[in-house]
Parts: sequence; structure tokens; C-alpha cells
Amino acid sequence: MKQEMAYDVAGNSYPVTDYKDDYDGEKFGFWIFLLTEMMMFGVLFLLFAINFYRHSELFGTSSGHLNVWLGGVNTVILLVSTYTMGLASLMMRQAKVRASAYFVGATVVMAIIFLSIKAFEWSVDIHHGIYPGSGILDAKDKGEILFFGLYFVMTGLHGLHVIVGIALMAWVLLLIRSGGIRPEHNIVMKNVTLYWDFVHLIWIILFPLFYMIGV
Amino acid sequence: MPSFYHETETVFGTHKNPIFQWIFTVDHKRIALLYMGVMFTLFFLAVSAAVTMRAELFFPGPQFLKPHTYNELFTFHGVTMIFLFIVPGIPAALGNFILPLMLGARDLSFPRLNLLSWWFYVIGVATAYSALMSGHGFADTGWTFYAPYSLRTDSHVLPTLVAAFILGISSILTGINFVVTIHRLRAPGMGFFKMPLFVWGLYSTAWIQVLATPVIGITLLLVILERTLNIGIFDPTKGGDPILYEHLFWIYSHPAVYLMILPGFGIVSEVLTTFTRRTIFGYHAIAISSASIAGIGYLVWGHHMLTSGISDMARIIFSLLTFLVAIPTGVKIFDWIATLYKGSIILATPMLWILGSIVNFTIGGLTGLTLAAIGADIHLHDTYFVVAHFHYTILGGVMFMFIGGLHYWYPKITGKIYDEVRGRIAFGLMFVGFNMLWFPMFIAGFLGNPRRYFDYLPTFTIYHQIAGVGAVLVASGLLTILYNFARGLKDGKEAGPNPWNATTLEWHISSPPPLENFSKIPYVDFDPYEYEHGEPVVHFDENFQRVVR
Repeated sequence: MKQEMAYDVAGNSYPVTDYKDDYDGEKFGFWIFLLTEMMMFGVLFLLFAINFYRHSELFGTSSGHLNVWLGGVNTVILLVSTYTMGLASLMMRQAKVRASAYFVGATVVMAIIFLSIKAFEWSVDIHHGIYPGSGILDAKDKGEILFFGLYFVMTGLHGLHVIVGIALMAWVLLLIRSGGIRPEHNIVMKNVTLYWDFVHLIWIILFPLFYMIGV
Repeated sequence: MPSFYHETETVFGTHKNPIFQWIFTVDHKRIALLYMGVMFTLFFLAVSAAVTMRAELFFPGPQFLKPHTYNELFTFHGVTMIFLFIVPGIPAALGNFILPLMLGARDLSFPRLNLLSWWFYVIGVATAYSALMSGHGFADTGWTFYAPYSLRTDSHVLPTLVAAFILGISSILTGINFVVTIHRLRAPGMGFFKMPLFVWGLYSTAWIQVLATPVIGITLLLVILERTLNIGIFDPTKGGDPILYEHLFWIYSHPAVYLMILPGFGIVSEVLTTFTRRTIFGYHAIAISSASIAGIGYLVWGHHMLTSGISDMARIIFSLLTFLVAIPTGVKIFDWIATLYKGSIILATPMLWILGSIVNFTIGGLTGLTLAAIGADIHLHDTYFVVAHFHYTILGGVMFMFIGGLHYWYPKITGKIYDEVRGRIAFGLMFVGFNMLWFPMFIAGFLGNPRRYFDYLPTFTIYHQIAGVGAVLVASGLLTILYNFARGLKDGKEAGPNPWNATTLEWHISSPPPLENFSKIPYVDFDPYEYEHGEPVVHFDENFQRVVR
């Protein structure tokens, strides 16, 4: 399509941004969206900080109940998956469409493994009666109730973001197939990559907060 | 030329059915009207709740309401007015319509996202009102949902909380859309300091929407989880901290009042310049003050909690910061008065509303300083004084500006002119009624009448009765406006593109505007309000190229 121009009094021309095809605008909008996500998780981190300050010792003991190895494996998996998602984006820009799709697929597989490990951890906790509102947990000290309350809320909200990420990547795969994402038209892919980066960054902070303070 | 009423584009392409053409439209102008339709229906519902409460309070002692019903009524009034009406308010209704026109753009950056915002809004409304049908009655917590009461009450708080969360998403999406639009779609040549001041107001508002709304979102989500799963974060019996809830709630809800007022301030600047026929005094100062109100306003939430037991140091800091907000606000008011000075003032209806709003808002703002002083606040906290202060800023300020803006852009939106005489009568009724309704409450509050009570001591009767008469005047003023607008649609005369001799870009296109607003995008190398001898300086030919005379 021809670039539209605006003209001043002297007849000089200036390019007009097309609102229907504005790569920078779409990227900028997504960054602002990530900012809102950050504000949301930021509140939870604030709540963690305040309660950690009030119940430091009990937070340490509670943290010892979590399996640092499973959490660690999950951290590595998410790190690698960010790398593959980044590669997928890079391949798309280099017009290697097939390789790009494979890398997205690999990311999805790793995200699913992450969720499975997480689900296993949760089910072990719940099996031991450690979940919000359970009689066993409510009988414990207040610091422990708050630690596990925050643990389930924060890893739960993060897990929800992983599920959304999987859905988004499935959508990206469909778009690659249908030609909706092409080397010269890849803003959706770019934004999903940004999103996945954000999801892994949150986990990088969650991991030491919940798993490592008790080690 | 066919206007946007005749043709539209929907998210699914074209539709034959006119209802689908509306509810799936991606045209920012139609979406603005969709918002207006729902918002004002709810507004009148909430007004009737308020009038009912005033009737109950006309005499001391129980009249026709039960105390619990009264609690539900003021919660209904607050939740509807705040979350469903004034927070989406000016940006979603007038901003959606006017912003692209003022920037010289064909639509917002993300038209489909804009439609999605509206759908989230409608779902939020439906969720909130589902509590009315479910038999448990509406929430009785007040619009603030303070823990631990909101965790314990057996009234139906959950739907209201879920609704507020969904409305938050809607608000965030609108904010993102506006920020990106203002950054990306200004007409070539239009720098940030060539934008009309209404756009500056919307820009500051959009940033508050983006930065503050997620905080209330997650906080309300935690209350929801607290009620359903017993997490314990705000529950003192489990080691949680209800005061922490108040902090998080006000981190959003205080900036939210600036979110309500800033676009209103923008309208004031637009209307004042048009009806004084001169450029604004201190353009840069007004633009920057909008941004600094948004910035400082983010840091003052603690003044809602001066009596909650937070430390003296925290109270002094929050009090000081609150006083600082008065500086940029004062800058605006002085600039507006300086704009009036030696202008050719035309007292048309929009101008009356705006001048009225400045008077009301000044009273509201100065009593805000009274409340920000720690000592005075301990006496006045939770009395009618606070309620009067709030309504002076929001009803007397924001709502007056909103109504002024609706009159100002009515010819642009409908293509017709309303009746001027009826417009002035409505303003007179509202201005007198409003001050009768709320000024006595300052005195009642100062003398110790607590807020949110279903009854009062007989000594306060006179204040409540004056307020009751004022409420009737306000309600009849609102109905007059409604009637005037409806009649204007039917037999108002054609407005033409620029009935007020205004300067900003929306007045250079036909009324009502065509589907994509501008056939050609103009080049903007001029200030927004340039007048010479009472006439606009800038003119365009039919190709939107500037004509030099």
C-alpha cells in the first residue's frame, strides 16, 4: 500500500501513521500491558516482603517444607524455554519459518513439563493437608498460614500465566500455519515472546523467595 | 456526506442487522455512544437510590427503610457511581469520541481492543447487578469493601467484587489504548505541546488507569480468595492484616479520584478558550500540572487512613504530600481565571456549567485541605464533612464538567443544537440545588453528624431538610437536561461543522463526523487555541490543507 502523506502550507510532505498497521504502536502497547502485570505481581511481592519481615523465622521453616530440587528443575526448564522462544522469534525474522515453528513447539512442551511438576508439588502439599483453609494448616502458627497462603496465591497466579502462555503459543502456531505470522509481519510472535520472557522473570523471583530462604 | 450513523465497520466485517452493527462496531464514535447509553442509564438508577436515601433522612427516626436496606442502598449508590459511572466516565464516553478527532486520527490505535473494553464493561455491569437478583441482597459494605467486614458479612459481596475486577480490566485496556493512540497517532507536526488540553487530561488519566488499576485488581482478587478459600492475608485471626487492605485499596482508589477529575479539567480548558475567544493562559503550565497531579496523586493515599493507627511519621508525610497536590491544582485555577481576564466571555450553556464547576471545585478542593490537616481530620473523619467534600469535587466538579462537555460536544455528536433556554434553566436548577444539597452537610459534619448512618439526632434535622429540597432540585435539573437533549435530537436546528467558532481539529470536520473522521490527515504546525479578533486563525480547504488568508 502507498504511504499516505500530509502536506503543510508550503507543500512539504510528512508521512502519516497507518493505525491499521503500526508495528511500533503494537509493541509499545504490549510493553504497557506488561507494566500492568508487573504492578499486579508487585503488590504480591510487597505482601510477601511485609509478612516476611514480620515472621522471618517461620517463613524460613515453612520454606524448608518445599522441595528445592523440584523447584530448581522447574527454574532450569523455564530458563531454557525462554531461550527456545527467543530463538523461534529470531528464526522467524530470518525467514526460517519451519525452524521457528519447531522452536515454538519445543517451548510448549517445556511449559507443559513445568506445569506437570508444579501440579505434582501441589498435590503432595494438599495430600499432607497443607492448603488454604485446611484444619491442619490453620492449626499451625500464623507465619506458616501466611507463607502457604501466599505460596498458593502467587505460584497459582504464575501457573495461570503459564497456561495462558501455552494457549498463546498454540495460537502462534496456528497463525504461522495460516500465514497470519510471516517474516515481514511478526508482531504477534514478538509480543508472545515478550510475554513468555515476563512469565519466566516472575518465576526467577518466586523461586528464591519460596524455595531457597529455608535452605 | 454520510455520517458514522449511516455506515460502520464491525469486528466481523459487515452486518445487515442494526443491533449487531452497534454492539460489534469497531468505530470509536459508536463505542463512545454505547458507553454513554449504558452509563447514563446506571447513573439515573444511582441517582434514584440517592434520592430515596434523602427521603428517608428527611425526618429523624426510621421512616420507610430498614437499616440494612439503607446500607445496601448507599453501597449500591457508591458502587454504581464509582465503578460503573464516573471511573469509566469522561474517558470512555467523551474521550472515546473526541480523542481521535482532536489528534487528527481515524480511530484509536486498537479499535477491536476498544470494543473488547466495552464488552468487559457490560459483563462487569451484569455481574454487579446479578447480586440484586440472587435473593441475598446487594453488598452492604460500602463501595470500599473494607476487611475484615467484607470477609464476614453474609450479604452478597462476591458478585460485586468480581464485577469490580472485570471493570478494572476494561479500564486498563482503555488506558493502554489511549496512551498508545496519543503517542502514535497524533497528526504529523503535532508535538506533545501542540495537543489540545483535553488530550493532556486523558493522557494523564490513561497512565493512572494503567499503573493503579492492577493494584485494586489483585487486592479485590485476594478478598475474593479470602472469602472462598480462606487464604488469611487480610484476616486478623490468621495473622493477616486488615490495615494492609486499606493501604492497597487506597493506593488505587485515591489516584482514581484524579482519574475522574483530570479529563474534566481538560474539558474546562477547551470550553473556556472557546467561549472567551482567546488562547489559554499558561498552556504549558496547565499541561504539566495535569501530569504532576497524576504523579503526586499516586503518593497521597495514606490521608484516608490518618485515624487508622499508622505512625505519626507516616501521617505527617502523607499530610504534606496531600498539601502538595494543591499546588498544580491551584496553578490550573489561576490560569483559567487569567484566561477569562479580558476575554470576550460568552455565557452559553457549556460555559455556565464550566464556570459553576470551577466555583464548586474550589470549595471542594479547599475543604480537602482541611481534611488533609491531621488534627482537623481526627475531628472530621467519617462525618458528613467528608461526604460533602467528596461530592463537591466529584458531583459539583467532575459531573458539572462532564455535563458541560456533553453540551459543548452535543452538536458534534448529534449534528443538532439543543435549546439554549432550557439548557440555562437546567443549569440554574442544578447549581442552586447542588449547593443546597451539599453545603449544609459541611456544617452537619463539622457539628458531628457521622456518615453512613440510617438515622441522626434531631438537632441535625434542619440540615437534612435543606439537603432534601436540594436533592429534588438536582433531580429535576438532571431530568430537564435529559428532556432538552431528547428534544434537541428531534427538532433542534442543524449545527454545521463549527457552531461555537472553536479551534481544535474536531470542529474542522462535519457534524456528525463521517466513518473514518478525516478523508485526508491535516498537517498540524499550529497551537490548539489560536484566535485573532475573536475568530479562529486556522482554516483548512476540503483536502485538509491549510488555507492562508
